This record gives sequence, structure tokens and C-alpha cells, in this order.
Amino acid sequence: MKNSVTAFLLALSLGGFAHAAEPAKAPSVQQAPSAVTASAQQSTPPAAAMVVPAGAAKSAAPAKVKTNKAITLSMFALIILSTLGVVVWAAKKTQTAADYYTAGGGISGLQNGWAITGDVVSAASFLGMSGLISLYGIDGFMYSTGPILGFVTILLLMAEPLRNAGKYTMGDILCFRASAKPVRAAAAISTVAVSTFYLLAQMVGAGKLMQLLLDIPYKAAVIGVGTLLIVYVVFGGMKATTWVQIIKAALLLTAAVLLSLLVAIKSGMNPLRFFADVVNNAAIQDHVRMGVLKHPLPEAGLDYGKRFLQPGLFLKNPLDQVSLGLAWVLGAAGLPHIMMRFFTVPNAREARKSIRIAVFLMGAFFILTTFLGFGAAIHITPQKIAAMDKGGNMATLLLAQVMGGGEGSIGGDLFLAFVCAVAFATILAVVSGLVLACSAAIAHDIYVNIIKDGKANQREQVVTARVTSLVVGALAIWMGIAAEKENIVALVALAFAVAASGNFPVIILSLFWRKFNTAGIVSGIVVGTIAAIGLVLVSPNMTYPKKIAADARKIVDTLEKKQAAGEALAEKDQKALEKARTDYAKNKDGKSIMGLDAPLFPLKNPGIVSIPLGFLAAIIGCLAFRDRRAEDMFDEIYVRQNTGIGIANAIDH
Amino acid sequence: MAETQCNWSEIAKSPLFVELHRKKIVFLYGWWAFSAGCYFLLLLGAGYTPGLFGIEVIGNINVGYLFALAQFVITFGIAIHYGRVADRDFDRLTRELVEQIK
Repeated sequence: MKNSVTAFLLALSLGGFAHAAEPAKAPSVQQAPSAVTASAQQSTPPAAAMVVPAGAAKSAAPAKVKTNKAITLSMFALIILSTLGVVVWAAKKTQTAADYYTAGGGISGLQNGWAITGDVVSAASFLGMSGLISLYGIDGFMYSTGPILGFVTILLLMAEPLRNAGKYTMGDILCFRASAKPVRAAAAISTVAVSTFYLLAQMVGAGKLMQLLLDIPYKAAVIGVGTLLIVYVVFGGMKATTWVQIIKAALLLTAAVLLSLLVAIKSGMNPLRFFADVVNNAAIQDHVRMGVLKHPLPEAGLDYGKRFLQPGLFLKNPLDQVSLGLAWVLGAAGLPHIMMRFFTVPNAREARKSIRIAVFLMGAFFILTTFLGFGAAIHITPQKIAAMDKGGNMATLLLAQVMGGGEGSIGGDLFLAFVCAVAFATILAVVSGLVLACSAAIAHDIYVNIIKDGKANQREQVVTARVTSLVVGALAIWMGIAAEKENIVALVALAFAVAASGNFPVIILSLFWRKFNTAGIVSGIVVGTIAAIGLVLVSPNMTYPKKIAADARKIVDTLEKKQAAGEALAEKDQKALEKARTDYAKNKDGKSIMGLDAPLFPLKNPGIVSIPLGFLAAIIGCLAFRDRRAEDMFDEIYVRQNTGIGIANAIDH
Repeated sequence: MAETQCNWSEIAKSPLFVELHRKKIVFLYGWWAFSAGCYFLLLLGAGYTPGLFGIEVIGNINVGYLFALAQFVITFGIAIHYGRVADRDFDRLTRELVEQIK
């Protein structure tokens, strides 16, 4: 059997942050557990983090981060060249299917720990989380605790059994004592679904970020990122992907540590003074009062600076938070690209070590977001950050520029370029891992094991894997371009929700429940996946034209009333009125994708409903169709996953 | 090991395996439940007791920030503790078991 890994990381990668780009809304961020950022607000779960400069993309002439092109491009070139060097080296060593999917199990625990960190901490985490903190204070930090929790689940419950029971994919683990074809098909479909949603969110975020940083068209940005990722994955396989992730993680932590140090130095290396600087900052107080709470007149007795350090500015619905929290805690363990990382180490002990290392690295990073986020709020001001991008995604970049010496200074340009390059490396590393996991499911589960009945020689398997990666990469580019206007938040929510509801229950039951069998696996995956997707489709994540129309109507009414009262409208108001009228006309009869006027499901995160449904379906399906053989084989998988006996041959089963 | 014809159910019933298994389940699920419990307390606390979270403990640093930070500390603690226990107990038992089977 093989196995797969899942990855939760995504979450970490968390980040995803996307924000929703609807005009009338506040920035919604998204949250992805995985990626880091996730959606916080209401978020979507984890994952992917994307950075979506929605605000910037939308408003006509938003303020922009001014990069020094020459320096920025040379930094990008440096990263591209060094990672391509890794690919050339890795390609030579990739001969067999095991080399391609798992680097032959030859990655050490230490290396894998760094690579997992690189896989999980996405641009969303890097840019999105600190952005959230800079705009919403402590709520942003609450958000960054989510991704790490998913790793506790992985560390304690998943990593070692998966390493011992698996080979390349999730299908390998699940079909150990179940009938192979239906289980592989179901596992492959959910893997592809999770990876696609996540990948799409990353591609769109990457396109928007590169567009903003390099001032190139969105399409060019997506094609550029996509081409590089294809080169990495097709030629270098897991080995190259791993090293790209390691390099990225090292760069990311370097950038975070440097920035945090500079911020800390400004506050005299004294945490108490740092927090006092936040509370006493006039711009922050003003932002909380006017920008967030919208109190035209200060409320007596309310300290707006202290309010910034209290919860509730961003995360408003506790139930949605708990639902998101569930997705963080369980979803990471169901992410195929994270799962796959456990198969790259030689044994359970190294798998354990790699997760422990990843936990420390990611934890350190997320703790540092305190300095990045609050530092940006102090030194840039939330107003400026929000003016660049409503979701705050530019906060880290602006902070780098200011800490380096300010706009136009050599130090500022250099530091900004460095941080941009780190964001770029981050995106590449995360998408490469996703494409590899997705291709493994298609090439290994569907082609080799279902179509060819497992009868394919090494050469054929590697060729199939490479061709599949090429196709998946090309599709990612195509979909990334097509999805430019898609709601990233919803995509990340979907990825995490499907991972937690469809994948997590069946994996955990396969590993720990004697009676579990084929029927349970298939019904668990199918019901969990459909429930998660279905609930997101009717959730507030989607766009509801009637809601937009109603908001536009309000603006029209207010402004018309003003006009009727004989007041002349300022030019800005005139424009707003025209825009609101068009929006109203365009949206008044519209319906959401599902043909709804308003969300049927009140939460942005479906986990609280879809995860129990996934478990329930798996249990009912399994009890309805008992399978003696599966029960008899439980001892075998149970002994194996605990001891690692027969690990090398596990697949032949 | 010749993976071949191990008698899996016999191994599963052997005292050594039963001991290993019981120890692991108690330890792993116990700590997992603890960490998840703390995390959901943080989420619920932020939602339902913002007043408590706003109480300043040291300077302007409040309960909410410290509690969020504590999630990381708890996670680090579990990672360290688990590493030690696994290296010391679980791996040793596993090794003995594998020896015995051979």
C-alpha cells in the first residue's frame, strides 16, 4: 500500500487569505487555515493563503507599493536561478516512481521539517496574517494560532501511522484492507478536488500579487508562476519540490526574524514598550474609532488604543470561528500535499521528528507575526495599509520598505525587494507541492492502479507522473487565468472543508477502527466532500447580487435624498451615486450561482456541520456493509502502523 | 523482516503489543484532546468573554494575547514531551516487540 500523505499544511499554508473582493464589503479576509490566513473573519478555513490585493485591484488608482524594479527583478532572478539549479541536480537523481513521488524516502527528518514549513506557510500567512493584525489587532493574532493546531493532530495521530502504512498517496493508505479500485477512485477524486481548490486560490493570489509588485499584467504573472512550477515539478519531482520548499522556508524565516528585530529595536527591545507604543499610537486609535468601529464621536470611557488589543474587531461570529477552528484542527491532517510529505522520510521516527521541527519553525513564524503586524500598524499606520489594500496584504511589504530606510532609499528598496522575492518563492513552493500531490493521485491511483491494474514498470510510471504533472500545471495556469475574478475566500474554505470532512474521517477510521471497510470509505469521502462543497455553495461566501443591489440602493437613496434637499454633491459623491445606480441595475434581478437570493447556510465555514456528516456517513456506510476480510486485516494494519514492520513491502499487499 | 507470514493477530494479542498500544492511545489522544480543548476555549473565550480577554496583565499586554500565545507554548510543550516519551518508551517497546517477532 502506499500511502499518501496529506497535508495539512495547507493550512498553514495557510493561509489563505483571501479576501473577498466585493466592493461593498469590508475586506473579508479569508482564512484559510492552511494557509495561514485564513479567513478569519468568517472565514474560510484554512489555508491557502492568498493574498489578494483586492482593494488594489479594484479601485481605480489606489496607492501602490513602489518597488525599485532593477533591484526587485535581480532578486527574483536570483531566486529563479538558484531554484532551477536545484531542479537540474534533482532531475538527475530521479529515476524511479519512488524517487519522483517521495524522493525515494531519502529526505531526513530535519529537511522534511523545513520543507513542511515551506509547504504550509503560504503567502497568505506571510502577508495576510500580519496584514490582519495591522488592521484588526489581536483578532489577527488569534487567527494565526489556527494553523499550528492542525499540526498537533498530525503529530500525535497521523504522521507515524501514515508513514508506516503508506506509500505515495492517500489512496495507498485507504485501500490497505479495502477493495482497491473504488477506494482509490474516491480518494483520487477528493485529492484532486482539495488540491484544485487550494491551487486555484494560490494561483489567483499569486497572479494578483505579482501584478501588483512587478507591475505586469495578471495573465503574464499567472503564466510566469505556472511555467516555473511546471519546470520544478515535471523535472525535479519531489526532490526539487522539497528543496524549493526548504529554501523558501529559510528565506521566509530570515525575513520575518530580520523585520521583527528591526521593529523590536525601535521599541527598545522591550515588549512592554512595544505594546504601549501600539496602545498610545494616535493613528491606531483613530483607525479603531473611525475605520473599524465607526464611532463618529468618541465614546466616553472607551480607550480605542486598548480596544485594538481586545478581541471582536474582526472575528464577529463565535460559531463561525469554532467551525473554522475545527477545519484548522482536522483539515490540515486531510490535505493531500501535506500527507505526501510524510512519505519522503525513511521511517516513523523521522516522520515524528520532521513534524516536531515543523511545529517549532511554524510556531516561531506565527509568533513573529505579532511584531510584523503591530509593527506595521505603529510605523506605517493602519490607514495607509488599508489604502493600499483593504485586506492589509501589503503591510509586511510596506514595513520592510520603512524599516530598510524608507521609500527610495537603497536600504528600503533592497529590503522591500528581498521581501517581495520571499513572497514569490513562497508562492512557488506552495503551488509546486500542490501540483505534485494532485498529479500523484491521478497518475498513481487512477492511471497506474486503476487503468493499468498496477502493472506498469518504473519507467512508465515516471513518464506518466511527469506527463500528468505537466498537464496539471498547464490546467492550473488556464484555471488561474479564468478564475481571476473568483472569490478566493470561498475556494480556500472549500479546500479545507473538503479535507476535513471528506478525507480526515476516513483516514482516522481506517487507521484506528477495526470494522472500517470499503463501503465506509467511499460513503465517507463522497458524503463529506459533497456536504462541504454544497454548504459552501449556499453560504455567505458566495456572491449574492440581491445583497449588492440592496447595498447600492441604500447609497442611491441616501445621496438622492441629499440632492433632493438641495445640496450639491461633491464630485466623489456624484461618482459614487452613478456607480451605485449601475450596480443596482446590474444586480437587482441577479441570483447567486445556486440561484439563491440569500445564503441558506449562515456560516462561512461548513466544518461544524460537514465534518460530523462525513464521520456519520463513513460509520453508517461501513456498518451497513460489513466486511469480514477488512476486519480480519485490521490486526495487520494496526501492528504495522505501530511498529513499522514490513514497511518496505507494504505496497505489495 | 520477512514480512511474509507474520501472524498478525497473534502479535496484536501479545502482551508487549497490548502494552505499547494502550500507552500510546492514552498518551496521544489525551494530549490531543487537551490541546484542542485549549484552542476551542480560546475561540469561545474571544467570542463570549471579551471583557476577560481585555484585562491587562503586564503593562498593556492582556489576557487575550497571553492566552493566544499560550497556544504556541502548549504546542511546543507537547512536541517536546512527545518526542521524549516516544524516544524513551514507545520506540523501546517497539524495538523489543520487533525483536521478539523475529
